[in-house]
Amino acid sequence: MPTQTLDVTSATAVEARRAVLELTVNNHPGVMSHVCGLFSRRAFNVEGILCMPVGDGAHSRIWLLVNESERLEQMMKQMQKLEDVNSVRRHAADHEVFLRLEDFFKE
Amino acid sequence: MKATGAEIIIQLLERQGVRAIAGIPGGANLPLYDALGKSGRIHHVLARHEQGAGFMAQGMARVTGRPGVCFATSGPGATNLLTAIADAKLDSVPIVCITGQVPCPVIGTDAFQEVDTYGMSIPVTKHNFLVRSARELLDVVPDAFRIAASGRPGPVLIDVPKDVQREAVEFDTWPEAGRADAPPELDAGEITRAAALINTAKRPILYLGGGVIAANAGGLATRLAEKASLPTTATLMALGAIPFDHPRSIGMLGMHAARHTNLALEACDLLIAVGARFDDRATGKVAAFCPDARIVHVDIDAAEIDKIKAAHAGVVGDVAEVLTALLPLIEENPRSEWLAAVEKLKQEHPLDTPGVDDPGSAYGLIRLVAELAGDDALISTDVGQHQMWTAQLYPFRRPRQWLTSGGLGTMGFGLPAAIGAALARPERTVVCFSGDGSLLMNIQELATAVEEGVNVKIILMNNNSLGLVRQQQELFYGKRLFAVDFSHRVDFARIAEGFGMKARDLAMADEPGAALAEAFAEPGPCLINVPIDVNEKAYPMVPPGAANKDMIGGEAHAYANA
Repeated sequence: MPTQTLDVTSATAVEARRAVLELTVNNHPGVMSHVCGLFSRRAFNVEGILCMPVGDGAHSRIWLLVNESERLEQMMKQMQKLEDVNSVRRHAADHEVFLRLEDFFKE
Repeated sequence: MKATGAEIIIQLLERQGVRAIAGIPGGANLPLYDALGKSGRIHHVLARHEQGAGFMAQGMARVTGRPGVCFATSGPGATNLLTAIADAKLDSVPIVCITGQVPCPVIGTDAFQEVDTYGMSIPVTKHNFLVRSARELLDVVPDAFRIAASGRPGPVLIDVPKDVQREAVEFDTWPEAGRADAPPELDAGEITRAAALINTAKRPILYLGGGVIAANAGGLATRLAEKASLPTTATLMALGAIPFDHPRSIGMLGMHAARHTNLALEACDLLIAVGARFDDRATGKVAAFCPDARIVHVDIDAAEIDKIKAAHAGVVGDVAEVLTALLPLIEENPRSEWLAAVEKLKQEHPLDTPGVDDPGSAYGLIRLVAELAGDDALISTDVGQHQMWTAQLYPFRRPRQWLTSGGLGTMGFGLPAAIGAALARPERTVVCFSGDGSLLMNIQELATAVEEGVNVKIILMNNNSLGLVRQQQELFYGKRLFAVDFSHRVDFARIAEGFGMKARDLAMADEPGAALAEAFAEPGPCLINVPIDVNEKAYPMVPPGAANKDMIGGEAHAYANA
């Protein structure tokens, strides 16, 4: 779409179009597939993924960096339906979790 | 207590109340079958293809509302099940599929008959499990039944490696059987808002979906229609939720609806969607669907609210509970003007059923079958023209009387689903309306039907063609018919007889009506082949992607000139 060419000229515009999702999930093989499958089958790109166990390791936290979209609300509802997803929260793009990682992602 | 994984599964299924399982054994589920063979309480139905087993489980689930169960082995057994699972997902049917998997130590080595069943089934199940120890089964099996039956029902798959089936474990007590979770708490504010919208609407329509059937709420929906004088339409999945001859019923909506139904929707100022999901086959072009209407949307799945159409009142909850809470808030209202307008549409644009008095034509055949089968019969269909004709004309009066593949539209559904229905309701006659294209997609289950002696009557509407696809080529592809007419004509009566099933060919009968009556008078399975003119169309038809008001065909006067 032509509007997107405008965005890449401005780093702040790109950031403003992003959102950060925070999921708490059960920690076992396959949970990541369930979550990512919801995005891939809707041709919705996940820009960034972070996942680590929390507490005693029975649960994990998944951080997703995604593009803002009117479909995101529906995606979050679908995620909340997943048996292994305990909670879903949405943060603004300025959430620091991905910003702090910038040093690891330099070309 | 000490038991193997396989024994645990069978015990838990028995405790769950499962009395019939459809499936096929193979290398990776042999321990499971060994344990099943020792069960005195579960009847195993040996399907001839795993897809058939999956649809039999669906047939049982659709008529009882309880999860149906099927077994398959690893690899091709599991892949063959996938279509039936996807079908259950799209129609929200609770089934539990238990597949064998290669032993844990060889998972990931491309072992014989190994596929990633877990990975492949993620997008088509409500939830799935890969079990890694026998002890886990004590949680997983009840959980699978709980998940399948809770909220919006759906399919659950449990993949069990062979060594887990054989592993013996000690444990103290059997877990409780899995039961549906309590439905979500109701939001009283949204219900009040919904009631206010209904009470103030001038031209409301009640739009019932499969969720009404799933919630056993047909009676409540009918009471709402009566109290508020709501013309009531049903989706393909909801036929029978309100009796077809109820004064408030205006029939099925959407792509093959009667003209008056779609025209009434066009005029409504409030659409009350109950357990329906605004499927494209029901709505046509969404932007033009009920263009002047506000929306009340009731669904147990919160993700359905605002998914396709933004709701002015969105009530998340069990449909039966919501309607129970809503009914006292609804004012009695005769709405005589609106009902008269809807009635006028019905008179001016009725469902046109050419040939309804001729049992040699599609509509006539369906009407005669309905008379012969009686009010208690269960009806399954395959997918195509015969399905739409049956949906339009068959006199459905009860929920769970009607089994059809709505969301996935799976040809091959009808026969195994009918077998499943007959196994769950052996006292009933089950009619399977099919087409020659569809029946061939799971024809091997004729053998199962004969073996089980189920009372299934297959009405084969045979036009030697993929009729609904042919119709689309005629209407939308410049009449360029390609790959839709079969150049070889199959003798289905002989095929059925080869499977050991009684068969009648109405093409050969002097009196088709009498031959049909004889077939229904004898108990047990029977195939009835009925030649249908390949030029008969499922009309009206909304072109895919068009607005529902732009229907082709089906005007009462059109046939005079045809």
